[in-house]
Amino acid sequence: MQEKLKKIREEAMAQIDHAEVLDRLNDVRVSFLGKKGELTQLLKSMKNLAPEERPAFGQMVNETRAQIETHLEKAMKVLEEKALEQQLKAEEIDVTLPAKKNPVGHRHPNTIAREEVERIFIGMGYEVVEGPEIEYDLYNFEKLNIPANHPAKDEQDTFYINKDIVLRTQTSPVQARVMEQGKLPIRMICPGRVFRSDEVDATHSPSFHQIEGLVVDKNITFADLKGTLEQFAKEMFGENTRTKFRPHHFPFTEPSAEVDVSCFKCGGKGCRFCKGSGWIEILGCGMVHPHVFEMCGIDPKEYTGFAFGVGLERIALLKYEIDDMRLLYENDTRFLKQF
Amino acid sequence: MNTTLSWLKAYVPELNVTAQEFTDAMTLTGTKVEGFTEADRDLENIVIGQILKIEPHPDADKLVVCQVDIGKGEPTQIVTGAPNVAVGQKIPVVLDGGRVAGGHDGKLTEGGIRIKKGKLRGVESNGMMCSIEELGSTRDLYPEAPENGIYIFPEDAVVGSDAIEALGLHDVTFEFEITSNRVDCFSVLGIAREAAATFGKEFVPPVVKETGNGEDVHDYVKVTVKDPDLCPRYTARVVKNIKIAPSPKWMQRRLAAAGIRPINNIVDITNYVMEEYGQPMHAFDYDTLAGHEIVVRRAAKDEMFTTLDGQQRKMDENVVMICDGEKSVGIGGIMGGENSMITDDVKTMLFEAACFDGTNIRLSSKRIGLRTDASAKFEKGLDPNNAEAAINRACQLVEELGAGEVVGGMIDVYTTRKEPVRISFEPEKINAYLGTDISENDMIRYFQKIDLIYDAKAREVIAPTFRHDLFRTADLAEEVARFYGYDNIPTTLPSGEATAGKLPFELRVREMAEDVAEYCGFSQGYVYSFESPKVFDKLLLPEDSPLRNAVKIQNPLGEDFSIMRTTPVNGMLTSLAFNYNHRNKDVRLYELGNVYLPKALPLTELPDERMQLTLGFYGEGDFFVMKGVVEELMERLGIMDRLTYDPSDKKPFLHPGRQADICLGKEKIGYLGEVHPTVAASYGIGEKAYLAVLDMPTVTKHASFDRKYEGITRFPAVSRDISMVVPRKVLAGQIEDVILQRGGKILESCRLFDLYEGVQIKPGFKSVAYSITFRAKDRTLEEADISAAMKKIWNGLEALGIEIRS
Repeated sequence: MQEKLKKIREEAMAQIDHAEVLDRLNDVRVSFLGKKGELTQLLKSMKNLAPEERPAFGQMVNETRAQIETHLEKAMKVLEEKALEQQLKAEEIDVTLPAKKNPVGHRHPNTIAREEVERIFIGMGYEVVEGPEIEYDLYNFEKLNIPANHPAKDEQDTFYINKDIVLRTQTSPVQARVMEQGKLPIRMICPGRVFRSDEVDATHSPSFHQIEGLVVDKNITFADLKGTLEQFAKEMFGENTRTKFRPHHFPFTEPSAEVDVSCFKCGGKGCRFCKGSGWIEILGCGMVHPHVFEMCGIDPKEYTGFAFGVGLERIALLKYEIDDMRLLYENDTRFLKQF
Repeated sequence: MNTTLSWLKAYVPELNVTAQEFTDAMTLTGTKVEGFTEADRDLENIVIGQILKIEPHPDADKLVVCQVDIGKGEPTQIVTGAPNVAVGQKIPVVLDGGRVAGGHDGKLTEGGIRIKKGKLRGVESNGMMCSIEELGSTRDLYPEAPENGIYIFPEDAVVGSDAIEALGLHDVTFEFEITSNRVDCFSVLGIAREAAATFGKEFVPPVVKETGNGEDVHDYVKVTVKDPDLCPRYTARVVKNIKIAPSPKWMQRRLAAAGIRPINNIVDITNYVMEEYGQPMHAFDYDTLAGHEIVVRRAAKDEMFTTLDGQQRKMDENVVMICDGEKSVGIGGIMGGENSMITDDVKTMLFEAACFDGTNIRLSSKRIGLRTDASAKFEKGLDPNNAEAAINRACQLVEELGAGEVVGGMIDVYTTRKEPVRISFEPEKINAYLGTDISENDMIRYFQKIDLIYDAKAREVIAPTFRHDLFRTADLAEEVARFYGYDNIPTTLPSGEATAGKLPFELRVREMAEDVAEYCGFSQGYVYSFESPKVFDKLLLPEDSPLRNAVKIQNPLGEDFSIMRTTPVNGMLTSLAFNYNHRNKDVRLYELGNVYLPKALPLTELPDERMQLTLGFYGEGDFFVMKGVVEELMERLGIMDRLTYDPSDKKPFLHPGRQADICLGKEKIGYLGEVHPTVAASYGIGEKAYLAVLDMPTVTKHASFDRKYEGITRFPAVSRDISMVVPRKVLAGQIEDVILQRGGKILESCRLFDLYEGVQIKPGFKSVAYSITFRAKDRTLEEADISAAMKKIWNGLEALGIEIRS
């Protein structure tokens, strides 16, 4: 019997060692360990043995079974790993085949620039305010110190609806509207669409966008204006951006300035973007004219303030190197997809 | 405003700066230099030569061989084809290695043309004789230069010396951008004053001497001003025994550099003084003035008048006319008349230097369609006190140039004298305004540099009348800031109460709309607010459509841009069509922009501006894809109430069977649909296109970013499928209404999973199947709960004429 047991074990071990596929191992399990398997049969034949021999024999059979099972499991693990390996190999793909995208749309460059400016000023404590695009002459001109027959009215080439109502030529009327409400102090920016009677070409559009800023409080100084815009320029165009304030004239500010920033393409060395000067004109600003305060019901002896205005398209065109303004209104997806 | 460095130097003799230094410094004190042109930038190695000998060229009929003295002892040989050379002439010669600005045809070459010695048809030539065009100028500016030939210097020119110098071409012309508040800087003297202050040099204006003979001008002419409000000052002087001749070279050069063509001494003097003082002048032929009288009055209605350019023009009663005893002889401040203009035979003339109301000149010149150098200056509003200085300067030049005999005295009709403005000087306020710490003395010094007078006793600053922009402390602060230097003002941030930065709710809603549209594949477009009234026909809108009530622009860029849009549809379709024409596939666009809905026409109050979100696409997708985008957006905006779709309002630009109003309860928030094939075709879109328009103010009213976690229930859901035969006209929305209303609290959701119309279904009916899910938050549902709910739903559906199959 022992001989037989040994033979079974050797036979089983050999078959396990020779099995090359998982199915074959299962066959081996069934043929040796299954209900009708050789080992089970052998165990059944134990009744032919003397009762005193049975426990020892039983133990031997069980040991053999355990040995076979252990060996079988090891072999299965090896074969399973091998099978997985083969499967993975078979599943290899060409990772350079084209991607399957869920196409996502693109923001307009104007909006990207506007949201960037908004983000910077909101961080500095400014509220975003909007105003009407069709506006009273009173707000667009008169309250901004541009009385009837002022040449600035011609210069701005205003679209008129009638003598009292215009398409706003600037976002500045929102300044007057906010000041009139009399809630002080004021820190606000106003993005919006404005209109001027310019024919459409590569650098002009009869409709474009501005962002207006206004701060009114006690003790606001021209130095505050400089500091604020300098910080804005650094955040908008990079930490190394320098600013240059040049005297200028706007009817609603005094003193007034135009602001250049060091060219963000060449860093100020001079390139085709800044036309070799190293500077790019970016916005107009100034201290709110005392007369504007008076017309909006704020006492200029108690309050001072500054205002600034920046052209959105100007920033978008410069920042993204767009060479033709018309592209902004054609909505060609080949253009829009680049942002 | 253009002027040359040399002219400025005439009044600021110590001004020794390069063009770039001048540009940078002037710009920083407020006189912006837009650019400059160096007249000699492409001229190099050009001297005055004298032709000693001319011989024919052995091999070319049209060429001659010249021996030219260039001041180097040995003459040099130059071959030329110029027709006007003669022995003894002094001419500009560019020597070997030098440069000229362009060709003799007047065409300039960037960087100039380098001239090298070489052989012309076998004969050696060591340079080139130059025409005025080759030197980069024109016969307009150098009227003495011959047409088609070499420029000839006068006999006193020095052989061997710099020809560019002799022509006055070592000069720079600056182009200034003068702001409207600085009328005084529309003159060479005004800019010179600023330049002197900027560079800390002395300003030396011309000394105007007393002029005139022993006679009295009042014996020659009488002046009456009928409308002093339109003509605050009128000065006049008389010059007799006029000798018309060319003006001297120095005057011609200065005028030429300012872009004014020299004509003769009298015309040149008036132009010269206009540039120098910024005061336009006019000269009348005294002998043509009837009654030797000047009357300044308004024109008669529809008066026809011939100006000195020979054009007949129609006046109106707001135009100021200069008249003699009988007739009009000039349009005040704009242009003189043909009937009184100076000719070559003039013997006696009347000089006029007047001041006209700027606004009236601007409007008049616009109405009659004539804008001149004079009107451009007057319309800015000139200082009447400048007129006297200017007319006396002109008379001084007449005497100096020997152009005539000036009659003594000046006629001056000056009704209301313009007085200087006094401004209280409060240096501490100026410093507080600027955020600086500038000393009082420095401030006073800045004022004095630009001729503002400091009255120490009154502690006042007196602004001269030519500075009509100075009234208050803020104005003085600007003057201080300019000369202290904007660059030197410190940079600080506003102190005081902190404020919270804020993006208002409607803008947050808009940003979310942008995000969702983009996630769904739509790119953002921008569209003009104005469009053509033809758009309404293109969109097939009926004549009585309220959308046709649009705000009209009085002065549009053209009919195509003449009305403010009342619908965003045209903009979207135009953009889609642009893409379709450029063969872009599967285009999805969105736009956020206002429509302008007038409350009444004509407009008496501002129209209702309503922000619209417009989505449009062609290519991949259908009606239900668009509907999905709308619902996705609503979900992200926290609008949890179910949207309903009402197909009953037929918009003519949409497919009649594929459109719906989008409603929230009873409120309409927008619409969507397939573009009507006729409309799509008229825009040139050759595929099916879809639109959705959402009224953002209404959407915003319902939107919310507040969220509350409701828990995830542990109890299982139970689903029931329901299969129906439905009359065709019953909409899925009606079935869902029944399910949602009757399903009770335990109803979680319902989902359409089958829809079939066809042969197996009886005509006029469709087969529809829904899967309905029930769930309770607090317990496991019992069969009884579900059958009760299903029973209610069945009953409701049967009431719609629906047969339940299972």
